[in-house]
Amino acid sequence: METHSDTKGARLGMWLFLYTEIMLFSGMFILYAAYLHKFPTDFIEGGKELSLVFGSVNTIILLISSFSVAASITALRKNSRGLAAGLLAAAVAIGGIFLINKYFEWGQKIHHGIYPNAPALVNGPTGENMFFGLYYVITGLHGIHIIIGMVLLSVCLVMILKNRIHSGNDGILENCGLYWHLVDIIWIFIFPLFYLII
Amino acid sequence: MKITNEHPHVISYKKLIGILIALLILTAITISVSMVDLGKFNVWAALLIASTKCTLVVLFFMHLKYENRVIRISFVVTLFCVAILIGFIFWDISFR
Repeated sequence: METHSDTKGARLGMWLFLYTEIMLFSGMFILYAAYLHKFPTDFIEGGKELSLVFGSVNTIILLISSFSVAASITALRKNSRGLAAGLLAAAVAIGGIFLINKYFEWGQKIHHGIYPNAPALVNGPTGENMFFGLYYVITGLHGIHIIIGMVLLSVCLVMILKNRIHSGNDGILENCGLYWHLVDIIWIFIFPLFYLII
Repeated sequence: MKITNEHPHVISYKKLIGILIALLILTAITISVSMVDLGKFNVWAALLIASTKCTLVVLFFMHLKYENRVIRISFVVTLFCVAILIGFIFWDISFR
């Protein structure tokens, strides 16, 4: 049986899917912008509550993971399979660290009584309630994307180790990499909007 | 197994590391700019730096610079649609 793989078509399909993801998160960011316009002071107060350290560390490590996925494709195309697998494993591990940071960050917020439908938020200023509502929805949705991305990259890692992905057939890795980069791009916008707002 | 592969582009490690360093520098810049009160320009500065970082990731990490025309054009069209969406919604919000 002859199997036919069309990497070019698959990549176009992946990009089309990413466009729908861009639209999804654009909608979220427009909601954020509209409420920022309506409650500017409450949003600034909300932003002060978020930890700049957690936000910055997660930004830096996610950028590094994006780099290692891109470098992994380069390594594979240069026929260094071990390096490609190592870089991919590093990216998955960084995704895990990102989620652990997120766990502590959310935990801290919840401990301080800031969580969806918390009495402090419901009875407090409307704008702050909106800010933290958006914070949980957007970072939560982004977190789900991180988990999906980690699963996809892990599958690629196994396929590289089993030599099912190699320098002549790396379409799957390329497409999973595209997804991971998109998740990174979304964080690039989340970081200044939530953590750096003054 | 038949594979229809257009000779894939290989981006050098050196270039990728250069992009990563640029992204980290831009992150440092966006953090330091947020510590200075520029009024409403803080948001615009943050968005400008984020868009620059996004451009670097899309062009080099996502290989868009070396992609075929269909993908390049469709990406620009998507951004155009997002711009229309944002533009009309803000047109509405600012005249309420």
